[in-house]
Amino acid sequence: MALLEVNDIHTYYGNIHALKGISFEVDSGEIIALIGANGAGKTTTLRTISGLMEPRDGAVRYDGEDISSTRADLLVSKGISMVPEGRGVFAKLTVEENLDMGAYTRRDKGIKDDLDRVFELFPRLEERKKQFAGTMSGGEQQMLAIARALMSSPRLLLLDEPSMGLAPVLVDGVFDTVQRIKNEGVTILLVEQNAHMALQIADRGYVLQSGEVALSDTAANLQQNETVQKTYLGID
Amino acid sequence: MDLSGSQTRQTIITLGLLSGALILFTGAVGMIAAFHEREIVRDFITLGQLVLLITPFIFGYTAANRLGMTGEAPIVVLGGGIIIGLLTALPTTIMLLFNSDEFRFLLDWALRLAPFVLATAIAWRLYRQNVETLTVIGSWLLVAVLLGIVTFSLALIFEVKGELRSVLVNINRDWVEVVTFDHRKDLMRGIFIFSLASVAAGFLGSLCYYVPRTPRRALFYGLSVTLLVGAFGETVRLVLQENLERDTLNQLFRRDTLRGNAALGLLVVSTVIGYLWAAFGDRARQGFQNLGGQQRQTTGMIGTVLFVALLLMLPWLIGRTLSDVAVTIGLFVLMGLGLNIAIGLAGLLDLGYVTNYAVGAYILAVMTSIGPLGLMKGTFSFWMVIPIALLAAMFAGFIFAVPVLRMRGDYLAIATLGFGEIIGKLAISDWLKPLIGGAQGVQAIPKPIFLGTELKNPEQLYYIVLVACLITLFVSIRLNNSRTGRQWMAIREDEDVATAMGIDTARAKLLAFTLSAATGGVAGAIFAAKVGSVFPNSFTVFISINVLSLIIVGGIASNPGIVVGAVVLIGLPELLREFSDFRFLLYGALLIMMMINRPQGLIPTKIVTHEIRAGVKAKAAAGD
Repeated sequence: MALLEVNDIHTYYGNIHALKGISFEVDSGEIIALIGANGAGKTTTLRTISGLMEPRDGAVRYDGEDISSTRADLLVSKGISMVPEGRGVFAKLTVEENLDMGAYTRRDKGIKDDLDRVFELFPRLEERKKQFAGTMSGGEQQMLAIARALMSSPRLLLLDEPSMGLAPVLVDGVFDTVQRIKNEGVTILLVEQNAHMALQIADRGYVLQSGEVALSDTAANLQQNETVQKTYLGID
Repeated sequence: MDLSGSQTRQTIITLGLLSGALILFTGAVGMIAAFHEREIVRDFITLGQLVLLITPFIFGYTAANRLGMTGEAPIVVLGGGIIIGLLTALPTTIMLLFNSDEFRFLLDWALRLAPFVLATAIAWRLYRQNVETLTVIGSWLLVAVLLGIVTFSLALIFEVKGELRSVLVNINRDWVEVVTFDHRKDLMRGIFIFSLASVAAGFLGSLCYYVPRTPRRALFYGLSVTLLVGAFGETVRLVLQENLERDTLNQLFRRDTLRGNAALGLLVVSTVIGYLWAAFGDRARQGFQNLGGQQRQTTGMIGTVLFVALLLMLPWLIGRTLSDVAVTIGLFVLMGLGLNIAIGLAGLLDLGYVTNYAVGAYILAVMTSIGPLGLMKGTFSFWMVIPIALLAAMFAGFIFAVPVLRMRGDYLAIATLGFGEIIGKLAISDWLKPLIGGAQGVQAIPKPIFLGTELKNPEQLYYIVLVACLITLFVSIRLNNSRTGRQWMAIREDEDVATAMGIDTARAKLLAFTLSAATGGVAGAIFAAKVGSVFPNSFTVFISINVLSLIIVGGIASNPGIVVGAVVLIGLPELLREFSDFRFLLYGALLIMMMINRPQGLIPTKIVTHEIRAGVKAKAAAGD
C-alpha cells in the first residue's frame, strides 16, 4: 500500500480552480519529484497535502487514513513534515532554537539523539548553532530548514523548491543531502522547477501542467522523454 | 577663517539656522516667556534664559563634533561655534526688530520683497543647472505669484490688526523682556547682549570639543545634574521634604528655587562624582568582569538585594505625591508586561488593551462597592475580587480573540481598536446603566483592608502594585524561554512555517490574548480601588496607546525595557507638570527624538539590537 495516495483532488483559491483533479501515489522509501512550470500547481499540491489548504473535492490518504481535512499542525505529529518554499527559517531565533522548534510536537526522549543525527548530516549547523538564523547564507538557511523538518522525525518529508535562490554549487549539495535523507529511510516528495536535478535523484516523477498531471513515469524514462527534454530540461 | 569647504559651510549654516529656528519657535509658542517664570538658581538664571543659552551651546558642540571628526582645523571649529551663535540669534533678532515701533517698516519691506528675492534665488539655481530658459522664467513667475499671495495676505492681516503681536500672540512684552535680558527699553543694547550671549554659548560649546574626554564628561554630568535639580525644583523639594529638617531644606531652597550657594555646592559635588565615574567607571566594570564566577554571583546577589530593599523603602524616600506617581507607573508596568505577551512575543498588534483594564475595574467596582450599584454590599473584599477580576479579564480577552483569530498584522490592529471603542461605548451606554451607572459610574468603592488596616494612602497601595508587578515579572521571564513562549515567537516570525512545525496557531493566539488580558484586569481592579470610583471616561483609547508606546520606547519584548519605558513615559509627564501647558509638546518632541535616535528602545533585547545594526550596515553597504 502506498504511504501517500492523492486521489483526484480539486483545490481552489477563492474562485480560481488551481488543482483540477490531481492524482498520484508515493510509496514508502521513494523520492517522488513533482515538476512543472510556474503556476502549474506544484506548491498548491504540497499545501493541500500538508493541510495548509483543504481540497474541495477528492481525498488525500496517508497511511490508509483520509487526511484531506486534517489541520496542518496535527499532521506533523502523524509524521508529515514540510520544508516551506523560500526556506522560512525563524530569522530571529538561533539555529539551535530553530531546531528545537522543529521538535515542537515531540515530547519523547529521542530529541537529543535526533539533534546529533542532524548535526552529523549538517556539520555546518553545529558550528553555527548559537548564531541567529537570519544571519546565515542562503545555502545554510536551506540546510537549516531541512534539518528543522527532520527534527520532527518524519516518515514523509515534503520539500518545496529546495534549490530556489541558491548558487549552482550549493544546489548540488542540497540534492546530495536529499539523497542521504532518503537513505536513512525517509520518504520524500520533492517539488522542483529544476527538473534536471530533481529527476536525477528521484525514483519516479509527475509532470504537472495547469493544475493537472500531464505525464507520469519513472525518473529515468522522463529524462528520456522528448517533450520533457524540450520543455523542462532545455535539450533540443 | 577658511570656510571654503562647502560641506563645512553647509554643516555650520544648517545647524546654526536650526538652532535659531528652535529659539524663535519656542519663543513664538510662548515657551520662553513661560519658562522665565521658573527660576533655576535664585537670582542667577531662569529656565527661559537657560533655553536661550543651552541651545547654541548644544548646537555649537554638535557642530564641533562633526567638523572635528572630518579633521577641520581648530580655528574653523571654534569659528563655526561663533557663527552658530550668531545664526542662533539672527531669527529672533529679526523678529525683535519687526516687533519694535522704529523698525516696523522692515517687516513691510520684507513682506514686499520676499516673493521677488526668493523667486529670483530659485530661478538662479535652476539657471545654473542649465534648465531651459522658458522653464526658469515660468518657475520664477510661479514662485513669485504664489509667495506674493501669501505675503500679501500676511501684510493685509498686519495692516488690519495694526501690529505683529496681535497675530503672533506670544511675541509680546514678556517675550521681549526675556530675550533682551531685561533691556526692553533699550532695544539695541538688548539685541547686542542677546547676540553676545548666544555667540559666547556657541563658542563655549565648540570649545568643549577640545576639553579631554574625562573632565568633559564630568563637567557635562555636573551641569546636567545641577540644572535638572534646579528645573525640577518642586519635585526635588518634595522628595527632600521627607528626609530633611525644615531648616536645612530652607537653606538649600527658597520655596521651589535652588539657592545660589546650594547650586554651586551641587555643581562641585556632582562634577567630582562625575569625574570619578568617568575616570574609574570603566576600570570598575573591567574589575567586575574579571571577578571569578563565584564572586560575581555574590556581587550580583548583593546588587539585587539592595535593589529590592530600595523598592521596598521607596514610599518613605519619595513621599506621598511621588508614591502616587509610582502607583500609576506600577499599573502601567503591569499592563505593559501583559500586552507584551501579545505584541512582543506573539506579534499580535492589539490596540484594544484598554478593554481588559475596564473589565477589571468595573468588576471590582460592582462587586465591592457599598454604594447603590454594589451587588454584594461589602460581602466581597478587595482580595477576593482580584482573582475574579483577573479571570473576568481573561475571559474578555478570550471572547474578543475568537473573532479576530484569522486576521493578521494591520487588520488585527484595526479590529482590536474597534473592540476598545466598543467597551468605551458600552460603559457609557444607557443599556448597562442600571448595572454600571453609565456616565455617573460606580462610586463608594472601599479601600483594600490588610490585616485590619485600611490601605488608603498611595504609600500603602504601592506595595500591592509592587507585589503584583514582581509576580508578573517573574511569570514573564519564565514565559520568555518556555515552550509556550517559543511557540509564540515562531508565530510572530512566520505563521505558516509555525503551522508547518506542528503548532496549533489558533490555540496559541487564543492563549496569548487570554494571558495578556490577565494583568490588564488586575491593573484595572487596583486602579478602581485606588481611586474609589470608576467612570467610563477613564477608559479611552489613550490607555491602549500609552501601553503600546511604553513597550516600544522601552524595547519590544524586553522585560526590563518595559519597566523603564513605564517609568519614562508615565513618570515623565508627571514630572513635566512643572512646565505647565508645554509638557505635552515636550513629551511629544521627546518621543519623536527617541524614535529617530534610538528606535530599538531604551533597553532593547539582544536580537533587536542586532537587527538594527544589521539594517544600518546593509544600508551603508548599499549606499556606497
